[in-house]
Amino acid sequence: MAAVESLPPGTPSAMRNAFGTVLSALILVLIGVLAFSIRLFSVIKYESVIHEFDPYFNYRVTQFLSKNGIYEFWNWFDDRTWYPLGRVIGGTVYPGLTLTAGTIWWVLNSINIPLSVETVCVFTAPVFSAFASWATYLLTKEVKGSGAGLAAAALLAMVPSYISRSVAGSYDNEAVAIFALIFTFYLYIKTLNTGSLFYATLNAIAYFYMVCSWGGYTFIINLIPMHVLLCIVTGRYSPRLYIAYAPLVVLGTLLAALVPVVGFNAVLTSEHFASFLVFIIIHVVALVYYIKGILTPKMFKVAVTLVVSIGLVVCLIVVAVLVALVASSPTGGWSGRSLSLLDPTYASKYIPIIASVSEHQPPTWPSYFMDINVLAFLVPAGIIACFSPLSDASSFVVLYIVMSVYFSGVMVRLMLVLAPAACIMSGIALSQAFDVFTGSIKYQLSSKSKDNAEDNTSTKNAPKDDASSGKTDKGEEVSKERSSKKGKKKEREPAEKLSVKSKIVKKKALVLPLEASIVALLLLIMLGAFYVIHCVWAAAEAYSAPSIVLTSQSHDGLHVFDDFRESYAWLSHNTDVDDKVASWWDYGYQTTAMANRTVIVDNNTWNNTHIATVGTAMSSPEKAAWEIFNSLDVKYVLVVFGGVIGYPSDDINKFLWMVRIGGGEFPHIKEADYLRDGQYRIDSEATPTMLNCLMYKLCYYRFVETDGKGYDRVRRTEIGKKYFKLTHFEEVFTSHHWMVRIYKLKPQKNRIRGRVKKLKQKTSSGVSSKSVKKNPWM
Amino acid sequence: MPARNWIFAVAVALFLSLSTFSSAQDLQIVNAERRIDLSSHIVKAFLTLKVENIGKDPAADMLLAFPPTQIKNLAMVQALAVTGKKKKKTYLPLDVKPSEQPDAPNDAGYFLVSFATPLGPGEAVTLEVLYILTHSLEPFPVEITQSESQLVYYRDSAVVLSPYRIKQQTTFFKTPSTRVESFTSVEPANRAGKEIKYGAYEDRVPYSYAPVIVHFENNSPFAVVEELVREIEISHWGSLQITENYRLTHGGARHKGVFSRVEYQSRRSISGSSSFNALLAVLPPRVNSVYYRDNIGNISTSHLRTGFKKSELEFEPRYPLFGGWKATFIIGYRVPLEDYLFEAPDGRRYLNFTFGCPLVETIVNKLTLKVVLPEGSKDPSAVLPFAVNQDLQVKYSYLDIVGRTVVVLQKDNVVPTHNVPFQVYYTFKPIYMLAEPLMLVSAFFFVFVTSLAYVHIDLNIVKK
Repeated sequence: MAAVESLPPGTPSAMRNAFGTVLSALILVLIGVLAFSIRLFSVIKYESVIHEFDPYFNYRVTQFLSKNGIYEFWNWFDDRTWYPLGRVIGGTVYPGLTLTAGTIWWVLNSINIPLSVETVCVFTAPVFSAFASWATYLLTKEVKGSGAGLAAAALLAMVPSYISRSVAGSYDNEAVAIFALIFTFYLYIKTLNTGSLFYATLNAIAYFYMVCSWGGYTFIINLIPMHVLLCIVTGRYSPRLYIAYAPLVVLGTLLAALVPVVGFNAVLTSEHFASFLVFIIIHVVALVYYIKGILTPKMFKVAVTLVVSIGLVVCLIVVAVLVALVASSPTGGWSGRSLSLLDPTYASKYIPIIASVSEHQPPTWPSYFMDINVLAFLVPAGIIACFSPLSDASSFVVLYIVMSVYFSGVMVRLMLVLAPAACIMSGIALSQAFDVFTGSIKYQLSSKSKDNAEDNTSTKNAPKDDASSGKTDKGEEVSKERSSKKGKKKEREPAEKLSVKSKIVKKKALVLPLEASIVALLLLIMLGAFYVIHCVWAAAEAYSAPSIVLTSQSHDGLHVFDDFRESYAWLSHNTDVDDKVASWWDYGYQTTAMANRTVIVDNNTWNNTHIATVGTAMSSPEKAAWEIFNSLDVKYVLVVFGGVIGYPSDDINKFLWMVRIGGGEFPHIKEADYLRDGQYRIDSEATPTMLNCLMYKLCYYRFVETDGKGYDRVRRTEIGKKYFKLTHFEEVFTSHHWMVRIYKLKPQKNRIRGRVKKLKQKTSSGVSSKSVKKNPWM
Repeated sequence: MPARNWIFAVAVALFLSLSTFSSAQDLQIVNAERRIDLSSHIVKAFLTLKVENIGKDPAADMLLAFPPTQIKNLAMVQALAVTGKKKKKTYLPLDVKPSEQPDAPNDAGYFLVSFATPLGPGEAVTLEVLYILTHSLEPFPVEITQSESQLVYYRDSAVVLSPYRIKQQTTFFKTPSTRVESFTSVEPANRAGKEIKYGAYEDRVPYSYAPVIVHFENNSPFAVVEELVREIEISHWGSLQITENYRLTHGGARHKGVFSRVEYQSRRSISGSSSFNALLAVLPPRVNSVYYRDNIGNISTSHLRTGFKKSELEFEPRYPLFGGWKATFIIGYRVPLEDYLFEAPDGRRYLNFTFGCPLVETIVNKLTLKVVLPEGSKDPSAVLPFAVNQDLQVKYSYLDIVGRTVVVLQKDNVVPTHNVPFQVYYTFKPIYMLAEPLMLVSAFFFVFVTSLAYVHIDLNIVKK
């Protein structure tokens, strides 16, 4: 904007630029509105509520923060989860999201806008998606000008992959982290383009925010060094590169170490080593360039040999020390999740708890089409466009897309990192394509009418006129989104003043036949329209369900299954506030947040043994399970059962993970005991171990009385064992559609204690004290 | 007809002199008939008294006496004087006030009924007294399982407690079903169907008392709202926003042991007969934007029927409530302002709204009603037909600067009979309505001016 103002006023180009600036600002505002409002389907179709599992934890943390303040938050030891271990929340959580929402809430309340914490949390993600679109605009503008920027921003505003993680209510780290990620990249590119220390500092701060927000920050701290290395190797070293990189590493690492959950990991774990290595390399290179500048070529050759030989020795020593350090740690200094990134089969081989999460599985091909849609076809074109001409900035986005494609192929969750890269590439591709086509149309038209007169002037004006002609062309057929895309083309010129001349030359070379251009334009517009339709459909149908309330459309209208909240509300109002509830870890966060009851394990999964204990209890027979639960002080056991209404992600379907994780720690649980022909079966073919395990019994207790046959609608079979009694548990609550069943541990029977006492009285007193010690439960 | 309380009231005669009581013997009750309705958990007692002045001086008022166990559960006492006979009866409401008597035996509590005109010597008057008792049915057994039905004790006296001699009296207890486990026999006493009759008893001396216990089945929903906070927010832009926070509990026999959904669903008639899962709220007509939710989101089980006289919201808590189970929820709705806000002749405005709890057949242990007046209102005052605790607070809502005055009315032990209109008067200048829009306009104006200025100011030292 400032650049625009510096032009002398009154000239047509100044007017045009001013108009373009205002127009692009308007388009950006509209893109922000689009990004925000496309994510509101969940609120309109369902309600303003927190979604799924992790967001409930974040919501609970935000509530705590807004109630108790920041210092209490850092020191928060949560005794309502991981009983009896507890969890230090302040030191184990990425605080970016909660601090952001907490700050928003605080600001709003201090100007007397009394929004509840829940409302703020629900709408944080859509608001930050708008920010992310704007950050995408800035980043792409740095790479290929503002036309591409606007196109990329519009694409990102509605890319399904990002929508899936940022609909209203999806209050998760990714909601703010994607913004932070793009913004950090933007500041890096900006620094790279300007060489300004100001932006370098901002970059470090943005990186700090990213570290606060999401564990995915390691992607940044590996990608940027790779790019720096790439620049050095391809001979693109410049002082700007040094300024973009060196302060980021120093400041960024210092700041990252301030975040409790990262702490010394910022210098100790292998994820960060690449950045330090490149840090050393860039200094060496800088030194070399400096020395090269002050020495004569001959002296320089001598110096090089000297330095290289000494440097090699030093490097070898350093590398040896590093290798020794890394090798001394059991996983080689890499965390499980990162290792499974490098070796996709690592998790399923060694860590069942990571493998058990569906979002850690590799994606399938359809999910690419679902999540980035037509962008997948535009990306290659964008990559090609980035090579003409290749700049530092465009090489960065190429590297970004290459790396993110790899990572998304490993873990479906990282599709989210791919989405911005794909949007940027597609934005560039679309923008360039429109440029070429409208340029050729303009050229053909003007050359026909003016008969080749004043070739120079017409081409000079070409960019402006292209845009307007493109606009009229498209304006008729297309909707708002499209028109915003067109507008972008116009905005690009001011930013690209420098390259205008080269462009004119290029344009002449790229002139296409008129008809071909028009057809191609129409096809591109159709492609865009298809993308918009797909995105809106995905936002409305695929990604808006909050998952705690399910709906089904039947012939007699909409049916709502609100069983989860029914039972959480029951727990919260009708059990003692200090009672402990055991369930599979999926429901831990929800139980603590909605029912406010202490849980044994939750979605944090930091302690595998503890989870294995619960898994073991669920896969043990009743008595053994009772003893395990009783030793953990558990009062209630909660199971999720979909057999009545056909809800597939219930505990019976998750049971294999309970057996696997439990068996991993406690070898007496053998997976083979539960398998018949390599399958988990609950019908008449099921193994006796299966039919007697706690999970089976709690799920199917008195199930047969519902329909007389015990037909399980998820497994589509009749259950194996229909009539049985519970001896150590009693049913205290079952929700309306049987999706959640809560059992209470029966107290130890008095009869036994009486018998023991009688025995004691009859025998000597010495024996009795021994028997007490032997069995603490009796 | 029914009523419920334990022991019950009496009349006393006052002499013309205001401060000294005449001997209680100056009044006597010729005939007393009491009908106590035990069919829901709100006990309603209808008492018909024929009072005669046998003294030499006119009596201006009389006393109703209640035993101490009833006085704390007494939600409301109303008295009507009956004039005319048979079909031409007319009822005249009388003033009833709680009263302290220094010589009250056994901590009996009193209410003072003032006659419309002093009762002359030898004259007689017929009074209809209604009193309502809450929390007076005691579940026994205290804990029941899902398949049992709920039995309760009701304790009262077979004769009316009164500081006056009663020549003749009868008491009827109406139970909700024919299942009566036991009742204390005070001859003559007998039971026919749903009715237990005590009496007639002749010529009982003052403060006669004959404790009885009725043990019977009562499966009506014991819906008790432990705490209800109603907030009525007045917006002069055209609506009243009402938000009601409920903490509901089942006040009956506590649920014991297992809750089996399969039994609850398949054998509804015998399983969980004392539980309830449907509630009805009577809301004003022309109600809109109704919502029903709790702390963790919407509750999807509700139906709204709007009508010209009233709207009915039929809703279910998230889960059926068994004895001792609790639930919390929030109901909110909006009604047009012109139906409830009026201008008084003296220029003040007043809100005319209904007190009490919209849920039918529900006891509210503690009701807090907050009337949030618009920002800038002055001199609030509330007018109610009965005594409540009043307080003033300040609340800050959207973009408030000085805050809104909140009139807080607080009353314990509220029953549906308390759903009567009340008024809150205040003064308000319409210019205050524009304060917030003007504030927003100026804020945006400021932003644009600043950006204008920023764009046109060149802070560079060196001209480029």
